[in-house]
Amino acid sequence: MASNKKYWKSVEELDENSSIVDTLRQNEFVEEIPVDDFLGDKKSLEESSTTRRDFLKYVGFSTAAATLASCEGPVRKSIPYIVKPNEVITGVADYYATTIADGFDFASILVKVREGRPIKIEPNKEVGGSANARVQASVLSLYDSLRLQGPRLNGTSESVPNGESVSWSDVDAKIGNKLTALKEAGKTIAFLTSTDASPSTAKLVADFSENFGDVRHVIYDAISETAAIDAYEIMYGSRALPSYDFSKAKTIVSVGADFLGDWQGGNFETGYAKGRIPTKGKMSHHTQFESNMTLSGANSDLRIMVKPSAQNTILADLYNVLVNGASAKDANVANAVKQIKKAGSNAVVITGIQDKNAQLLALAINAEIGSEVIDVVATNNTRQGNDTEVAQLIADMKSGKIGAVIINNSNPVYTLPNAADFVEGLKKVDLSVAFSMTDNETAKAVQYALATPHYLESWGTVEMKKGQFSLMQPTIQPLFDTRQFQDGLLKWNGKTESYYEYLKTSFADLGADKSFAQAIHDGTFTATSSEEELPEIKVDLATAYNEVTAVKGSQQELQLYTKTGLGDGQQANNPWLQELPDPITRTTWDNYLTVSQADAEKLGVTNWNVANGGLNGSLVALSKDGITLALPALIQPGQAEGSFGLAFGYGRKNGMKSEMQVGENAYQFYKNFATTQTGISVEKVVGEHEFACTQLQNTIMGRGDILKETTLATFNDSSLDPKHSWNPVPMVSLKHKEVEASTVDLWEEFDRSVGHHFNLSIDLNACTGCGSCVIACHAENNVAVVGKDEVRKSRDMHWLRIDRYYSSDMTAKKATEEGVGVIRKFKEMEHPSTNPEVAFQPIMCQHCNHAPCETVCPVAATSHGRQGQNQMAYNRCVGTRYCANNCPYKVRRFNWFDYANNNEFDFNMNDDLGKMVLNPDVTVRTRGVMEKCSMCIQMTQATILTAKKEGRPVKDEEFQTACSIACSTGAMVFGDINDKDSKIAKLKENNRAYHLLAYVGTKPNVMYQVKVRNTGE
Amino acid sequence: MTFSSLIFLFFFTLNLSAQGDAVNGKKLFNANCAACHKLDKNVIGPKLGGMTEVRENAWLKAWIIDNAALQKTDADAREAAKFSPTSMMAFPQFSDQELDDILEYTANPPQKKAVVTLTGSEGATTPVKKNNTLLYILGAIMLVMLLMIFNLYRTITEMKDDLPKRASFSEQAKAVWKAFKRNTFLHFLMTIFFVLLGVWVLFGWFMQMDVNQGYQPIQPIKFSHKIHAGDNKIDCQYCHSSAKNSKTSGIPSANVCMNCHKSISEVADDTAIGQFGKDVLDKEIQKLYDAVGWDSENLKYTGETKPIEWIRVHNLADFVYYNHSQHVNIAGISCQKCHGPVEEMDEVYQFSPLTMDWCISCHRETEVDMTESGYYKKVHEQLAKKYGVKKVTVAEMGGMECGKCHY
Repeated sequence: MASNKKYWKSVEELDENSSIVDTLRQNEFVEEIPVDDFLGDKKSLEESSTTRRDFLKYVGFSTAAATLASCEGPVRKSIPYIVKPNEVITGVADYYATTIADGFDFASILVKVREGRPIKIEPNKEVGGSANARVQASVLSLYDSLRLQGPRLNGTSESVPNGESVSWSDVDAKIGNKLTALKEAGKTIAFLTSTDASPSTAKLVADFSENFGDVRHVIYDAISETAAIDAYEIMYGSRALPSYDFSKAKTIVSVGADFLGDWQGGNFETGYAKGRIPTKGKMSHHTQFESNMTLSGANSDLRIMVKPSAQNTILADLYNVLVNGASAKDANVANAVKQIKKAGSNAVVITGIQDKNAQLLALAINAEIGSEVIDVVATNNTRQGNDTEVAQLIADMKSGKIGAVIINNSNPVYTLPNAADFVEGLKKVDLSVAFSMTDNETAKAVQYALATPHYLESWGTVEMKKGQFSLMQPTIQPLFDTRQFQDGLLKWNGKTESYYEYLKTSFADLGADKSFAQAIHDGTFTATSSEEELPEIKVDLATAYNEVTAVKGSQQELQLYTKTGLGDGQQANNPWLQELPDPITRTTWDNYLTVSQADAEKLGVTNWNVANGGLNGSLVALSKDGITLALPALIQPGQAEGSFGLAFGYGRKNGMKSEMQVGENAYQFYKNFATTQTGISVEKVVGEHEFACTQLQNTIMGRGDILKETTLATFNDSSLDPKHSWNPVPMVSLKHKEVEASTVDLWEEFDRSVGHHFNLSIDLNACTGCGSCVIACHAENNVAVVGKDEVRKSRDMHWLRIDRYYSSDMTAKKATEEGVGVIRKFKEMEHPSTNPEVAFQPIMCQHCNHAPCETVCPVAATSHGRQGQNQMAYNRCVGTRYCANNCPYKVRRFNWFDYANNNEFDFNMNDDLGKMVLNPDVTVRTRGVMEKCSMCIQMTQATILTAKKEGRPVKDEEFQTACSIACSTGAMVFGDINDKDSKIAKLKENNRAYHLLAYVGTKPNVMYQVKVRNTGE
Repeated sequence: MTFSSLIFLFFFTLNLSAQGDAVNGKKLFNANCAACHKLDKNVIGPKLGGMTEVRENAWLKAWIIDNAALQKTDADAREAAKFSPTSMMAFPQFSDQELDDILEYTANPPQKKAVVTLTGSEGATTPVKKNNTLLYILGAIMLVMLLMIFNLYRTITEMKDDLPKRASFSEQAKAVWKAFKRNTFLHFLMTIFFVLLGVWVLFGWFMQMDVNQGYQPIQPIKFSHKIHAGDNKIDCQYCHSSAKNSKTSGIPSANVCMNCHKSISEVADDTAIGQFGKDVLDKEIQKLYDAVGWDSENLKYTGETKPIEWIRVHNLADFVYYNHSQHVNIAGISCQKCHGPVEEMDEVYQFSPLTMDWCISCHRETEVDMTESGYYKKVHEQLAKKYGVKKVTVAEMGGMECGKCHY
């Protein structure tokens, strides 16, 4: 039956006369389709003889031809030097001694240079240098493609928003004229520079002011130590910082000073670690009073959580007991005093409170106990900033008193809490110039942004410690059209000589102990400065004491801090540092507000894991004086209740790749350059944040064979056999008998007594968790940066990670004593204590002699060398990932993507400049292969080759890995255990040595030394 | 210098100094003077052809023996010394006869041989390849003839009815095809055969992929290793000096070329030239000058350089670590072991396959000499004790472990 239903298409159909209905009946579309438009010229199309079949033939042929052609290798060119420099042997690295002094980090270093490209930074250990993670990573900042590449004139007109490039001669002419005009007008010329601790720069500025009259030199440190410098000035009459040698310390009491971090310039871990390794039953005792969980607190023997404001009370109490002889009000102070008295002159009290009265009390205590740790004569020059002068300068700029501001290596527009005032002031000065390496916020705000070279392209002298000089020398031809600040000063002062010539001629005046050439070679020299007697100054300590005790706290307090990765933020565009997990929170690519568990509960803040394993957290609003920031909150065990921590260095936007623009700028809260801010408010706000955290489990859940630790008293108890007490040997059941796990084996032992057999020892007592080994590993082994999203998916590529474990209130012993059920026991074990003990454990491939990964590889891509290294042949790997699944240590990393030449991963390996940092001796791995720590086989092979060429046995200290070189605390020792006199052979026999998860029977070639805590009993 | 003037000179100088022996003179000239002088061109020193016309022989002899002494007494000599800031060394060792010989040579060089051109030289310089094609064709014709004779003979005997009549060819073929179609076992065998053959061919094809043995790219400069390393016996490591120190043998920087080519601006007459003529090769030397910015007229560097972009012949994959110094310096392997007879190559080609198979077969065979190096002393003692052997191969020392070359 035919249907009579009518389906209406539109109302138009009701109108019988509608032309549209009629047209639609004929055509599918109402309007004519403009076929000719997109087919192009119809005529030529018709004339063309190419049929569809022809077209397909051509496509087929060209595809086949292209496929066949691609079977041939590409033509590679090889371009030799025209004139090869004598010192360069292609394929062999040269090392240069130089110095980093970027205003925040100061260190004597060695630079490894291949064919004129610096590729790695190593500490210059011969002169006692150490290199932290930022120093190690600074080589990558050299190859930052967003650096300022030449002089630039900003804001000449609206049509050139980014400013126009100018030549140096133009710059010289214009600025020269302006300076002369200002001189004649009698206006002030102000220099605003970061600390460079350079006597030659100071001299040049002095010369300049002789010529230009009213010149003011203001030193500004983004993160100020002015309080300590002021205190020193009050006590000893000059502006400086005392230096400290923690190797002499038997008792260390720190009140809020993160001296293993960046307190007073850092670099204290080498000395500190010397006292931490128990020798002859003795080690130093370290008490830390602090609010944020810092590296120093994590390494201390006794950590007491104290709110920032309450730290004043603790310090005052210490002072009162030690200097005034009163009795302690606080039990913890009493305990600390007991330790200090025990150590006598080998004790030291330090404080990080940014208040000159507090610093004064600390100096007074050290003077009272006659501390040998502190050295007030050979002062530390790495922080020289003067906050009062900075504030005065801004005020003068705003009132129009300043004619010119010349900024060097400083980013006040970003780092100043009152940056808006500074920008306003800049508009009122006649001439504003910024010498800057990066195209940062300040370089955008001034009239002239002048590109400076990286320190690896520069000359310089640095006096880090009084009388101890270091030299800076270029290790690469300048990459861009840059000029040093000092060269600019010479030029504008009418001199024709270069800074290098100036250094060379003025070298003679310094009274160095060696020739210029020798000093350049060594990187350092000492000069005998005239011994000045410190003046006797009567200091009114009572007032200082009263001031300190009068400090008022508030309900919620903010403690600002610097992170191991970014520091003050000048290297924020460095992907290695962004991806370096924070040693404490293990979080990458972020800053956040650290919140104690108690506060989190009060605020309703939570952290939780989501399905892909990523960590999420609530957002909170932090506000003070009208400034509000929405920040993610991270619950931090050990955070003092009522205190919140926030890291500097994040939230930069200018001259940064978009991936690197993470976090929020904490400098906004850095009022009066005080790291402690009271009167803040923290509230939970709507929203959540996705963290990229590399370690989600916080405790070891009672498994003793991962991280073994004991107390000094137990360690010293000679009645105990370590094998059955504090360093127990794992037992397994064999034929119904308990035997030592090491005696049972599935495999036949391979004889490794011939040739070399490499072992690595990691001392958990000396490891401070500083992370410099992680960056050194990146540089040496071309480890890829994967970015925040990938880290969140646990696809981080770090060959070497430093696990951080917190202690838990629930222990197996406690559970049995209190009869706690198994489920509750493990559930509670997951939670770290409110104030946990912390341990760091660097983990890389353990190079098991009986490696579980090797047996499961279907293509034998991973195999064992007779020298003990577990080898990985990338070209053989097909990416089954069985090995990673079978690895008990979880150290294998899978390449999910091509990280090089991939716009999705726009980090250093994706740009021409960033690629220059790659180590030519190590393969850049491609997609679909497994990779892991190789125990730096390229380095051991190179060492053996050198010995063979020279026809001699290898010396013990020659065998090194990237991490063992980078480790300035001596926690990592690498060597050949077949060399019976070697350090490593002795460490292997040490009663503290153990293997990770020894009961599995993997027989690793990496060993750990049991952590001993000096609990002071 | 034109030919006529040469003729003129020849007669002219013959009269003046007929006592010299130009052949001996040439020998002496090449040994002692050629580093700085040429007959027809100013180099470090002035051109010497026709010098006897300008100066007296006695003056020239005095100059050669000790030019510094002559300058003290002779104003002309002081003037002549201004030619170059480099002063000429003294040659007191020459006898008077030898000086005559040299001067004779400069005045009257022996006639050049006719320049061998490209077309004319082909037969002379390249060895004659044996042409066997004709022989094969001849053989094939013979075979066809024999078959024809055999067939003819057979047909004749058939016609005589001595033999039974043969089935026609198509009938025979049909019968074979029928039998073949029925025999499934044969089908099975043939399938296996073809599958195996296919796999073998495919495997072979895959294995030769990116094996570039014989790769001989055209280089930007027609540099001949034969002339340098072969004929002139320059040591390989004179130019490839980093081979003993580094992982790469290093392509010599252009300043190394200039050590010699500062004074060798053209191909010498007695150089055995391969494929290309002297004119072509002279231009190649000019390319070097362009690269380093050497002004061969005024004998100084202009400072304008243009790096030479050589095409790399031996390409190892990125995932392979190879170290020249290990092999050259410690193992003492000659360059030719891997690179072939480079001293006979006008243009370098890849001699070895550079496959892993090729590497490890050498590692399996090569014994490590442990007697010389202090490094091996302890290892050698240990091994000798353990295995009771005196010699070990590279492979036994661990030279076949993946990680020794792949990291």
